[in-house]
Amino acid sequence: MCGIAGLIHRGKSSNVGSELQGMLQALKHRGEDSTGYALYGDTDGKNFIMRFKVGENVGEGSSSVMEDVSVYDERKKVVDETLAELGAKVIKEERTLPYSLRYEIDYNVKDLLNFSQTIESIPGVEILSMGKSLEVIKDLGNAKAVCDRYSLDKLVGTHAIGHARMATESGVDIKSAHPFWGYPFSDVSVVHNGQLTNYWNNRRALENKGMRFMSECDSELIAVYIAQKMREGATLEEGMKDSLTGLDGVFTYFVATKDSLGMAKDTMAAKPLVLYESDELVAMGSEEIAIRSVLPQEIDTYDPFDGEVKVWRI
Amino acid sequence: MANLKTVSKKTKAQAMGMHTEVLTGRTQQKFFNPDEAENFYYFGTYDVDFNKRTDLDVKDMTAPEANKEIDNLMSQGYGTIVIKNPQGKHSLGVGILNKLNLIFEGSLGYFGMGSCDGPIVRINGRVGWSCAENLMAGKVVIEKNAGSCFGAAIRGGDLICKGSVGARTGIDMKGGTIIIGGDAGAFTGFMMQRGRIIILGDVGINLGDSMYDGTIFVGGEIGSYGSDAVDSELTLSDQDWLKRKLKVAEIGENFDVSKMKKIVAGKKLWNYDNLEPTEKKGAI
Repeated sequence: MCGIAGLIHRGKSSNVGSELQGMLQALKHRGEDSTGYALYGDTDGKNFIMRFKVGENVGEGSSSVMEDVSVYDERKKVVDETLAELGAKVIKEERTLPYSLRYEIDYNVKDLLNFSQTIESIPGVEILSMGKSLEVIKDLGNAKAVCDRYSLDKLVGTHAIGHARMATESGVDIKSAHPFWGYPFSDVSVVHNGQLTNYWNNRRALENKGMRFMSECDSELIAVYIAQKMREGATLEEGMKDSLTGLDGVFTYFVATKDSLGMAKDTMAAKPLVLYESDELVAMGSEEIAIRSVLPQEIDTYDPFDGEVKVWRI
Repeated sequence: MANLKTVSKKTKAQAMGMHTEVLTGRTQQKFFNPDEAENFYYFGTYDVDFNKRTDLDVKDMTAPEANKEIDNLMSQGYGTIVIKNPQGKHSLGVGILNKLNLIFEGSLGYFGMGSCDGPIVRINGRVGWSCAENLMAGKVVIEKNAGSCFGAAIRGGDLICKGSVGARTGIDMKGGTIIIGGDAGAFTGFMMQRGRIIILGDVGINLGDSMYDGTIFVGGEIGSYGSDAVDSELTLSDQDWLKRKLKVAEIGENFDVSKMKKIVAGKKLWNYDNLEPTEKKGAI
């Protein structure tokens, strides 16, 4: 079933970590195999923030294979050496969990494709996000559990999207959890509710164009599809509109970039979405109760129609 | 307008446009024989007084707790209940098989007012997916917008949304009337079998797709027609009925119903399984 939620503050920052946690926790009945956050925090914009993992959460319910922490340590060491070889200087390092790391990196290359390919060529290593504002945090469990584990409730920023997952098409693991980074684009992330039926055809075509897939989760295709369209020169909105015909199946998805948030709904309108829109705030989710966690007062909301694409800027 | 006083019981519903086929078997016409009064009442319903009014704040209640309390208040004879702070909760007001004047001061989530028979409901807010699903009788008025699957599989009653609704409004409906003041999404009237839908605004793609029977009236633009949905002549009888219905619904009272489009089933999909392959192709 899965639940998605997103919000964007226009013209100001807010405690988006805490707000998104409330929205996703309200949707936990839609799935709590894993929960993911894509948070766009207030930063000075000088350095890249790289969230990456060197292993999987092998806790209760996980479909991953148990590995020793020493394996994680070894992978981290190789990542550090590779970053140095690439000319990337680690300014700040946080190891939230044995398998999950956050680096602030001084790196002045615009094309992240070669950078990402090199880092991810290290077995067992996956970049969850790369950007100057974006941080993707995802792990097993419901929204509150993940928020507490990574101390996300104090993160201040302008916008955020998130996902509460009921695993249906792929495993219960971090690599299949949403949001997906729009590799190799800085600060692009995607969450999706639905199923795509032309996944393999699109995947093969995109892989032939040099794009990478880290999981077999159909939702990852949207991130890669949009990223490829942007790579070919399309704007975010153009890429999303193109996806309405390029992707087959049922879907409602959100895409976020450094300064914008967008939603798209398939032409069958088979997946739910409720939207609240004002000059100061746009909040949306699979169910109204998600929006009510940030706006408990009586508000006007609506369901976007079939085939609708909308994009808002901060 | 059809002369309802002179038509026989068997064809009254047909003259009203509810259906065109001849009903056989255990139909509602037999269930609601006025001589069998006990069929009008459910076991466990209450004799309520509409002038006895109370408020119920459900802010800190779960949906089952709130629904149980509504039942408890009805058992005490309360005929008018005002629900405060529904805050988008799912499944509020479901399964009410009683006369009741129910007012929600706020919005409902999914499945609000599902499987009801008899209450008069006003929702001063918005509703999520599948509002009033399987409604059998009564009246439900939504002051703002509604989500998808609005009035799914309703059997009777009036379901009114003063704003816009999502996709698949009236899917599988088997009777009753749905009235929309704004626009409606894709697949409106999908597989509807009886009853009527009125949309004053625009409607999305695949209108009336695979509809078996019933009638859809549209005041605005139509995205596209679904399989086997066809135009029909808007009669003076239809116009009279539309005016009366809109007046009762407190919606679009000054709307020019003479310009509305009437959509019915082309009936090429009837007995689909018995068609030859070449005929099936033509039907779709």
